[in-house]
Amino acid sequence: MGCSLMNKKLLFSALFLLFPAAASAAVEASPNMAKPWQLGMQDAATPVMEQLVWMHNNVLLAMCIGISIFVLALLLYICLRFSRKNNPIPSKTTHNTKLEVIWTTIPILILLVIAIPSLRLHYFMERIVEPELTVKIVGYQWYWGYEYPDNGGIKFDSYMIKDKDLKAGDIRLLSVDNRLVVPVDTKVRLILTGADVIHSFAVPAFGIKRDAIPGRLNETWFKATKTGTFYGQCSELCGVGHGFMPIAIDVVSKENFAKWVAAKTKK
Amino acid sequence: MADHTSDHTPTGWKRWVYSTNHKDIGIMYLIFAMVAGLVGTAFSVLLRIQLAHPGGTLFGDNYQLYNVVLTAHAVVMVFFLVMPALIGGFGNYFVPLMIGAPDMAFPRMNNISFWLLIPSMLMLIGSSLVDEGAGTGWTLYPPLSMLASHPGMSVDMAIFALHLAGISSILGAINIIVTIFNMRAPGMTLFKMPLFPWSILVTAFLLLLAVPVLGGAITMLLTDRNFGSNFFNPAGGGDPVLYQHLFWFFGHPEVYILILPGFGIISEVVSTFSRKPIFGYLAMVLAMSAIGFLGFIVWAHHMFTVGLSADTTSYYMIATMIIAVPTGVKIFSWLGTMWGGSISFETPMLFAIGFIFMFVVGGVTGVVLSNAAIDIPMQDTYYVVAHFHYVMSVGAVFAIFAGFYYWLGKMSGRVYPEFLGKLHFWTFFIGTNLTFFPQHFLGLSGMPRRIPDYPEVYAGWNYVSSIGSYIAAASTAIFLLMLFLTLKFGKKCPAKQWDGGTTIEWDLPSPPAFHSFDKLPVVK
Repeated sequence: MGCSLMNKKLLFSALFLLFPAAASAAVEASPNMAKPWQLGMQDAATPVMEQLVWMHNNVLLAMCIGISIFVLALLLYICLRFSRKNNPIPSKTTHNTKLEVIWTTIPILILLVIAIPSLRLHYFMERIVEPELTVKIVGYQWYWGYEYPDNGGIKFDSYMIKDKDLKAGDIRLLSVDNRLVVPVDTKVRLILTGADVIHSFAVPAFGIKRDAIPGRLNETWFKATKTGTFYGQCSELCGVGHGFMPIAIDVVSKENFAKWVAAKTKK
Repeated sequence: MADHTSDHTPTGWKRWVYSTNHKDIGIMYLIFAMVAGLVGTAFSVLLRIQLAHPGGTLFGDNYQLYNVVLTAHAVVMVFFLVMPALIGGFGNYFVPLMIGAPDMAFPRMNNISFWLLIPSMLMLIGSSLVDEGAGTGWTLYPPLSMLASHPGMSVDMAIFALHLAGISSILGAINIIVTIFNMRAPGMTLFKMPLFPWSILVTAFLLLLAVPVLGGAITMLLTDRNFGSNFFNPAGGGDPVLYQHLFWFFGHPEVYILILPGFGIISEVVSTFSRKPIFGYLAMVLAMSAIGFLGFIVWAHHMFTVGLSADTTSYYMIATMIIAVPTGVKIFSWLGTMWGGSISFETPMLFAIGFIFMFVVGGVTGVVLSNAAIDIPMQDTYYVVAHFHYVMSVGAVFAIFAGFYYWLGKMSGRVYPEFLGKLHFWTFFIGTNLTFFPQHFLGLSGMPRRIPDYPEVYAGWNYVSSIGSYIAAASTAIFLLMLFLTLKFGKKCPAKQWDGGTTIEWDLPSPPAFHSFDKLPVVK
């Protein structure tokens, strides 16, 4: 988890006093999605996302904060120490070769430290090794179509549940009528395409995102290690319904997945 | 310094419509940019009002209009505010002065570069008033920008708007390159030229090489829409991804076009207000050139989720990360300039110092995004929106304001009220940070971009961001008041407004004569 729960609660209470909008955020959130006032990435449900979160929180964020604070500290020191009042006579120094070499090589080293684990993770994410299940996903304006070629060609569409049709337990703008169902601890390969315009299939908790492009078959994969319902939203501008074609995935036990397939096939 | 016996300064409307004077043209560009800035800001406030609460009702059910405003906001800010202000405005006004040239190489072509922007902006606004409007994002990706989703004239008009703006830029780039290469005063070798003209020179090369590719891409889009070609239509053997390659081949150098002149201004301002020559001049020139060159070979980092091969995306990741090195050299060189200086904190310097810190914040999130792996959860989320607004809204726009306050006295002959300048700076600084910093959180936690409504969990930071945008928008009122008071009641401005100014424009009266130089300045 990227941020401390207590800090969030303190921040939330403080801001609640100042911002009335916070009242609406006191909605019961599902455990597998973003929380109100969240600062960091969503909780990981796949090994890929675990590594992405680790990479971000421990390497990249540290680099961001470190460099920003370093430059800020230098700036503040300089502004105080070399203000006109404190330093009426400016120096004429315009070179310092040693310094220039240092501030060129240290950033290179920092980039190397970032790039090496990053490239390793990148190839881990891009290589699809021995998938156990394949699901075909088609992006439409404005809903998703899912197909299971490995399981007798089960096929259905997934539409967002409109505000007026929301029932208790549904999440506005995220709940759908038919969720994608996959078994836990199974390497799932996704084959994506677009039917009309470019869409993009994304599930933050899984750390996956891939564009669904007409005339093209794209591929990605995930292996969910937690059961539950996970959400995502279309991630490429696709027209008026771009914000209203969410993704909802039910990760179930392998037994329940087999039962679901059987029920679907019988229909 | 200037002898008026032989020149006839034109008067009336012909002075402006038929102008061949780089200072007059520069002023027209700046006025145009200010108007565009207000329009673009108004669009952004509309978007932020819609996003202030979940289930926003400002746009009613008309989400196409939301997408149109979103598109127009970007096109106006990029093509009608930042580029005209930095390149057309400050570039035209001050490059000839700083290199000791009497005007640009092609003074009349300079004029058409400006006047092309008027029909361009009219076309763009017009596109939103006819048919369904162009709700495609400034990137205009097909197939969304094709006939099936945008059957009307709007996208075609938007394409023509970009054609006109593109021609304006290409002609301007030619003018800049020829001027700087051929018309420097005796003694001013390229490596004695101040950093602002250098930044404009590198920018001009980027424009010359990148803008024609945009022209190609959008013309192919136009023929796909109207003349039966299939460049981007898979049913006809084409590929939507081809458009993305062509667009971003332009698009990435474009963002360096937007920031490089800003770098030049910051160098001038930091040096002047530190009363010290710039640290590491040659390294600064090389860094700008390296950034310019590298900017051409990294474009597909905008396409990490499109389905390119792992090896390809790895290349783009590494190439993009490399750009951080020359950029870091520049940041440290500005700090090195200030170190040991005798610094005063007038408004231009406040904007410059603000720029240095904020550009680092925007820059480091850029390094984060350059990692192909981490870009996967970040692409098309508010993290990207936060990144580019930090480097553009807070970066490039701070540089524009720094230049504006730095040179307003020189251009108008009147001194601006320092208190209002500082007030403007602080309200704009607070406003923009409140607007964009929370967007990092929204993106990290998964909120996509270009959506008109969002799940309740994102309500908190969206509200903060919207309040920030209202503060930033309100600060423009302070800016306009400052400008009005300056022009109406400002004290007369001396030639050398800033005692630390060492470039040629500070030897000329404020404002300089219609033909700036009586004799060629000689540079030792």
